[in-house]
Amino acid sequence: MTPDLFRILPEVVLTLVGVLVMLTDASMAARSSRRPLGWMAALGVVAALVASLWQGTLSAGTAFFGTVQTDAFSTFFHVLICGIVLTAILLSIDTLPPDGDPEQHHIGEYFALMVFGAVGMCLLTSAVELLVVFIALEISSISTYVLAGYRKQTGKGAEAGMKYFLLGSFATAFLLYGIAMVFGATGTTQVQEIATLLPAARSHALVLLAFGLMMVGVLFKVSAAPFHVWTPDVYEGAPTPVVALMSTAPKVAAFALIVRLLYGVFPLLHPLWMPLMWMVAVVSMTVGNLAALRQQNAKRMLAYSSIAHAGYLLAALAGAGAEPIAAIGFYTAAYAAMNVGIFALMAVVGGYDEHRSTIADYRGVLHQRPVSGGLMLLFLISLIGIPFTGGFFAKFYSFSTAMQGGAGWLALIGLLNSGVAAAYYLRFALSIAQPAATGARAEAVPRIGVGVSAAIGVAALATLVLGIAPGHVLDAAHAAAQSFAAVRGF
Amino acid sequence: MDNVILSLILLVPLAGAALILLLPERGKLPAWIALLDSLLTFLCTLHLPAHFAGGRGGFQFEENVLWLSHPRISYHLGVDGLSLWLVVLVGLLAPVGVVASWKTIGSRSKVFYALFLLQQTAMVGVFVSLDLMLYYGFWELSLIPIVILTAMFGRNLGESSAVKAALRFFLYTFIPSAPLLVALLWLYAHTGSFDYTTLQAAIASGSLPARQLGWVSVAFLLAFAVKVPVLGLHGWLADTFSEAPVAIAMIAAGKLGLYSLIRFHVALFPALAREAAPWMIGFAVVGILYGALLALVQKDFWKLLAYATLSSLSFCTLGIYGFTISGMNGALLQTVNEGIIGAALFLMFGVLFDSRRTSQLGEFGGVAQKAPRLAALFVIASLALIGLPLLNGFVGEFLVLAGTFNGVSKGWAAVAALGVIFSAAYMLRMIQMVFLGEPTANSHGHAVRELSWRETVTVGGLAVLMLAIGVMPTVWTSTMEPALQSAFKVSSAENAVPAAAESGAGMMHAMGESR
Repeated sequence: MTPDLFRILPEVVLTLVGVLVMLTDASMAARSSRRPLGWMAALGVVAALVASLWQGTLSAGTAFFGTVQTDAFSTFFHVLICGIVLTAILLSIDTLPPDGDPEQHHIGEYFALMVFGAVGMCLLTSAVELLVVFIALEISSISTYVLAGYRKQTGKGAEAGMKYFLLGSFATAFLLYGIAMVFGATGTTQVQEIATLLPAARSHALVLLAFGLMMVGVLFKVSAAPFHVWTPDVYEGAPTPVVALMSTAPKVAAFALIVRLLYGVFPLLHPLWMPLMWMVAVVSMTVGNLAALRQQNAKRMLAYSSIAHAGYLLAALAGAGAEPIAAIGFYTAAYAAMNVGIFALMAVVGGYDEHRSTIADYRGVLHQRPVSGGLMLLFLISLIGIPFTGGFFAKFYSFSTAMQGGAGWLALIGLLNSGVAAAYYLRFALSIAQPAATGARAEAVPRIGVGVSAAIGVAALATLVLGIAPGHVLDAAHAAAQSFAAVRGF
Repeated sequence: MDNVILSLILLVPLAGAALILLLPERGKLPAWIALLDSLLTFLCTLHLPAHFAGGRGGFQFEENVLWLSHPRISYHLGVDGLSLWLVVLVGLLAPVGVVASWKTIGSRSKVFYALFLLQQTAMVGVFVSLDLMLYYGFWELSLIPIVILTAMFGRNLGESSAVKAALRFFLYTFIPSAPLLVALLWLYAHTGSFDYTTLQAAIASGSLPARQLGWVSVAFLLAFAVKVPVLGLHGWLADTFSEAPVAIAMIAAGKLGLYSLIRFHVALFPALAREAAPWMIGFAVVGILYGALLALVQKDFWKLLAYATLSSLSFCTLGIYGFTISGMNGALLQTVNEGIIGAALFLMFGVLFDSRRTSQLGEFGGVAQKAPRLAALFVIASLALIGLPLLNGFVGEFLVLAGTFNGVSKGWAAVAALGVIFSAAYMLRMIQMVFLGEPTANSHGHAVRELSWRETVTVGGLAVLMLAIGVMPTVWTSTMEPALQSAFKVSSAENAVPAAAESGAGMMHAMGESR
């Protein structure tokens, strides 16, 4: 019998570290460097990562009266989320304004918020009771709202925080409404029980309403169209290291939640939600790609492209059996690696002050800083989906799953879309590869710190490993997919 | 050795690229490493013809390791008579490309040579992959270096036209590869395999839904036809030739697409390819004439070369879709020829362009007086392109025309033969404008430089090859033919190779012996 506490060990570790970071921050002299706090947070996340891996060796089971469940699924996403948060923290240590800079403020809280966000995201992937789900989502969302508005002195920073907060809390309200409806229909909020009680639900209308409301809430979180409008503004206004985090980790957690809702709570509605997801996928990728084509600002472009990626991910849901879950798991991992990588490099090359912000500003990067420029090309190539990078296999599994589920058209639309996407990724890549405009002043190349090098190195390595030897991650994703009893019924 | 040689050919350039990236950029160091590495690769590729068991179909030097169990993708490599000489050709062209870039690539040469060697790995990978997913991987990978190098080292440095050309090339080839991937996924969903021979057998058995299979074959055809390019899909060709660095432009067109057409369209979907054949023959014949006529009126030699290439590649397409052994043999040989002749011409055009910073034919004149070696070698390469007997271009074009004449239609053959005449017209017109006459005063005052010893050796070697293939074509075609025969055997269970085609092949043998 495993003690209940072990089932939430990573969350406990993260919470303690977060509190510790805040307390240390408060007890430090006002003028002393806050960088050690970043390292402290990073170490804490490493500990949580180890705890998650250790959880994977336990037999699957629930704790706290059936509200939390650890299994291969939760382990997969825990490890992924901890990995992302770790790289984001390492990245932040070196790319936030240096000590003594007037722009630097509340840096201890910054790191603590990142860690607290990780608590919510991790809990979200192991929660099997809808109220715990809601609380986990709120923990993760609130910390990202604050982080998004971290540059509150600038107009865009405040706008990003405000927009994300208002729209985001609206969306979580939808989710909460949905949970209430489900409770009304079945009398329980425990995922397994709902699934068994749904066929005998008192009112079908209530179930459908609940399903719809909850979907609105989570589709907002993954920025799938038509709930994507917030994305570009928030990404543009938030500091780049924060974007590296919030474009990946909360989305990974939200995708885990989508899988939990579709396969854990509403497997009964499979004939209904499959065409729905089909449509959301097509709309997301088309809207995202077409809008991205027109962007001049690199961050906005990547924001729209992340909407398209949400579409590619959802396409996998057209598949049959456990395959879609495995494909989604793999895709989130590959997507996280390449997105964290590209944003990390933009934080390094573009600077915290974003002296490079438009695509044209990146001209000549490969000539001035060959290593950073070369790695940017690697991540962009992966985002395009060229073989031997993680991005390719991610798309490959997603569309191959859709194809095997009989959705050949979806695969075709998706892959043609990725042809469109190639145009804007390539525009960015070629801008980087071009020689600098004549007359542009040579720019001093700052030294790149250990933390950020490690972060980028991890992302680059993951992108290549997922493209060349994806076997292990894929096996883990398959194991995660088997955690859902319902998939065997499809 | 035989069971790792293909991996070795893939790995040597990759290792060279890694070495270049790791070492500092000091003087000509990257260029020297690239040259030595590509020569080493070339030696490795020569192992293949030396140990190739001729006279039989089927794959040799096979390597088959399971890469991923789910979905089932294997690292399955192999070479047959179809791909043998193409692998050697890639091996040969890499050092030529390095020599051609020797003087033009100055700063950032590390990036250039590393990507150049990566491109070589990708191209060899395309020719030796027998797992369709692996093949697709190399196919896509081969786009990236071309695109980045075009944007980075475009001939008109720092101009946006290079980026436009790179983008255009990429989109032209990447977008049709989306349906190709869908088609591959469809095949996998229905057969559970990406293996070439398994798929070939499955398609031949007729157990797959016919209607959808038709679309699958169209997706294959489209992706490859763009890469050749076939007439109508050649929009990227002239831009890429004008903007890309010489070493990249010389490998961008032709062989990848033509090889894929034979291996993955004609041999994989024989019945459906026959249905497409009349269309393809039509496009090919019109392409021969269209390319030749446009080449005749170009004022810019890169553009001239682009349209000349379109015309001679259309010959290859014609040979392939005539469905005669002699035509296919000719097409395959002509693909190799095209690679050799094109490389020589590109290198020499590169020298002309670099010394004058212009590609306008009107700005040149009397180059033969200033640079006799350049002129002599240029004339030889041009004559090979025109198809002068005893040079390699003649054999390929003759086989294609003979196959078309006997196996397809006398009328098409006659029209296509006009292309040969036009090719003489545009090449000789260009030679007259550039090399003969009085040296004209150039507006920039730059003199045309003579070939360096390194370039002379390289182009001289290519010229010797042109002669060697022209004089002894059977040495090369004898390995190609069994592969084509066996490809046909599977493909034409119900539809035997026309007797006329056999006689065409026999004619070629007689030709080889009479010399």
